[in-house]
Amino acid sequence: MNQVNASAKKTRIEVRDREFLVFSLGEEEYAIDILKVQEIRGYDNVTRIANAPEFIKGVTNLRGVIVPIVDLRIKFRLSKAIYDGQTVVIVVNIAGRVVGIVVDRVSDVMTLNDEQIKPAPEFGVNLPLDYISGLGSLDKRMLVLVDIEKLLTSQEMALVAEAGE
Amino acid sequence: MDITDFYDTFFEEAEELLADMERLLLDLDVDDPDPEQLNAIFRAAHSIKGGAGTFGFEALQRTTHLLENLLDYARCGELKLRRDLVDVFLETKDMLNEQLAAYRQSQEPDPEALERICRVLQQLALEEIGKGSVDIADAAPAPVESTTAVDTAAPAEASGRYCVALLNVEAKDRGLLIEELAHLGTVERQSGDETRYEVVLASSLRSDDIEAVMCFIAEPDQLQITPMAASEPVAARAAQHAAPEPAPASSDTARTAPEKAARPATGAGESASIRVPVAKVDQIINLVGELVITQSMLDQVAEDTQGAQAGKLSSGLSLLARTARDLQEAVMSVRMVPMDYVFSRFPRLVRDLASKLGKDVELITEGKSTELDKGLTERIIDPLTHLVRNSLDHGIETPAQREAAGKSRTGNLLLSAQHQGGSILIEVGDDGGGLNREKILAKAAANGLNVSENMSDEDVWQLIFAPGFSTAAEVSDVSGRGVGMDVVKRNIEAMGGHVEIDSSPGQGTTTRIVLPLTLAILDGMSVRVGDETFVLPVSGVIESLQPKPEDLYPMVGEDLLLKVREDYLPMIAVHTAMDISGAEQDPTRAIAVIVQGQGRRYALQVDELVGQQQVVVKNLETNYRKVPGVSAATILGDGSVALIVDIADMYRLHQSKKSRAAHGAAPSYSSTNSISDFGAPAQPRRVH
Repeated sequence: MNQVNASAKKTRIEVRDREFLVFSLGEEEYAIDILKVQEIRGYDNVTRIANAPEFIKGVTNLRGVIVPIVDLRIKFRLSKAIYDGQTVVIVVNIAGRVVGIVVDRVSDVMTLNDEQIKPAPEFGVNLPLDYISGLGSLDKRMLVLVDIEKLLTSQEMALVAEAGE
Repeated sequence: MDITDFYDTFFEEAEELLADMERLLLDLDVDDPDPEQLNAIFRAAHSIKGGAGTFGFEALQRTTHLLENLLDYARCGELKLRRDLVDVFLETKDMLNEQLAAYRQSQEPDPEALERICRVLQQLALEEIGKGSVDIADAAPAPVESTTAVDTAAPAEASGRYCVALLNVEAKDRGLLIEELAHLGTVERQSGDETRYEVVLASSLRSDDIEAVMCFIAEPDQLQITPMAASEPVAARAAQHAAPEPAPASSDTARTAPEKAARPATGAGESASIRVPVAKVDQIINLVGELVITQSMLDQVAEDTQGAQAGKLSSGLSLLARTARDLQEAVMSVRMVPMDYVFSRFPRLVRDLASKLGKDVELITEGKSTELDKGLTERIIDPLTHLVRNSLDHGIETPAQREAAGKSRTGNLLLSAQHQGGSILIEVGDDGGGLNREKILAKAAANGLNVSENMSDEDVWQLIFAPGFSTAAEVSDVSGRGVGMDVVKRNIEAMGGHVEIDSSPGQGTTTRIVLPLTLAILDGMSVRVGDETFVLPVSGVIESLQPKPEDLYPMVGEDLLLKVREDYLPMIAVHTAMDISGAEQDPTRAIAVIVQGQGRRYALQVDELVGQQQVVVKNLETNYRKVPGVSAATILGDGSVALIVDIADMYRLHQSKKSRAAHGAAPSYSSTNSISDFGAPAQPRRVH
């Protein structure tokens, strides 16, 4: 009995299942840890912020909370930034902050285990490698797993005031 | 759950207890101390000691233990209070505050300071109590060993006898309790059943100490401790106090019955209140704000609705509107705290400073119950402290000077607060010598400020807010460094308020601070620029007008000056500062809003004034970062976000953009670097 438990536990550690929210930027499919996602909403009513980088679309009102909206498509020149009925904002919770990211489309939620996650190659993706935690392969699909927390808190995103400023 | 989870509660409790202690010490009549007050001070020290022992804060425990001993002698009349003794107690209290602060940051308190204060207290105990008592120095409590120390050290003949009754204690717990009691003294007899089990204990400890130890195991209402022996000789008492006391329970439940009865009289501050994190209150404010927005959205829908249901709908909505408004007011009032929170720290400051400066000063506070937003009370403390120091140092004269001027020897310092419409008026007044007009003018001229003999008094008084301005002949410990008044003014303006001075020679000086009641709500004027809406704080708006071509003066570069009556004001177009396309380019077809912030007055060019309304201020930095030229954001009636313009910062943004354009290079915008621009006033400022 004990042995069975132990081995079950062991397997769980070896192949940990994690859930990812899959979205697309242009032709590529990306995925982020679903635990970071707060909600998904449409893109509308964004107030522009002057003197901010182009990819920061502005701020919006999320039930009384002012949330900045970032367009990753502009930041990484991934696809044409078109705002239509399909354009979605994924609201993520990172480092105690709420940030909305604009994506072309949200497709589904996928479960990947550790065996399905491969290390990221040195080339072949449009995002800087620093922010990629791996590649997920599922049947014939390839998902780029983005470390959204690292990406959004990075200096180049200019979302967080630099120390001393 | 870890014991460290309780640290914060302890720190907060201890801070409150220390504040209480200070208040009581200051109130104490040295010649005829009120036993109730002494008891209350003692209890405060005792409770802190208990908590410190529980959490293992040894320095804190040791200091409070020594203090507690002295206080105990004082309350049973064996120690005659003197003013200098109270000073030592106050000093100890400050030391305790420091120790607490150190522990709060997970550091050990300064060991030298600890040794010093312990020495002072021990010395005091030796001198004041006399040779009869045991050297307290040897008795610094080591909580871990304390119980064994009692066993060996406590002399049997000094013991008191107690009847310890255990009420409703189960048999299995009883064994533990009796075992514990055996550590405290000698268990002479025991009998009884589960509802009442009596133990006769011979112990050198006091009953509340026994109770405190037992509280780790049993509930306070399960214990009843009654002394059996008559009161012990004084020498024995001293020995008892010298003996280390075991760490009592952290809470103040460790009280015996007679003391409990005395409690309510001193517990004036223990009103029925709950401690709530500010974040929770802010969340409620947010949600209520949302409710108000939703309600105004529904209003618009109702206006367009036709038919039989429309009347019902609109009457329901007006009810909703009223409730929502009441709810918003009620929630806002939760953030309000009485000014007593601020004023209560001044008696000590005034007392210390006055004795340092050799002056007699009586502090009068009025309007303690006037309420102000919690966030503001914290930020007003520093400016007020500065003003009070100034009044004491420069304002109020020495007793001899006062007598010569035909005034009472004791100077008066008045701190008052009152509501005035949507603002609060805080006054710091003294009946000292008043400001010296000639001296200020001379100093201002020496500092290169633009002054003339014909300036009105009000304008002259405003000069002391200029940076680096101090008329004090020599720099003292208290004030005179000339940093300060400009900081005071800047701090107050940053809070959306303003400050003015009223002074007459020989009669005194009064400084008036006017602040908004809250920072959470702002009287805003919405303006349109292109397709975008901005909100200007009404407090910073002086007037608005449509510029006439003949009043506009182009300057070198792209600057534009606007003549408003006699003044030439720089004109800043919001659309260039904020890169807005589609805005009105021609200034004569736009609106110029004359604004003033941090002493700087200029004209802002906008397309249109939309209206004036109260807006709920939302922090942009919660999820984003500081935006140049913008202080915060708000949510408009249609649910969209509008940015609130920071008037002073907008000017800096404009300047930095201009210099960037001029130099070709791109020095990054930084609000901190360019603050110095604001230092020198270009022209005499007028207070509105």
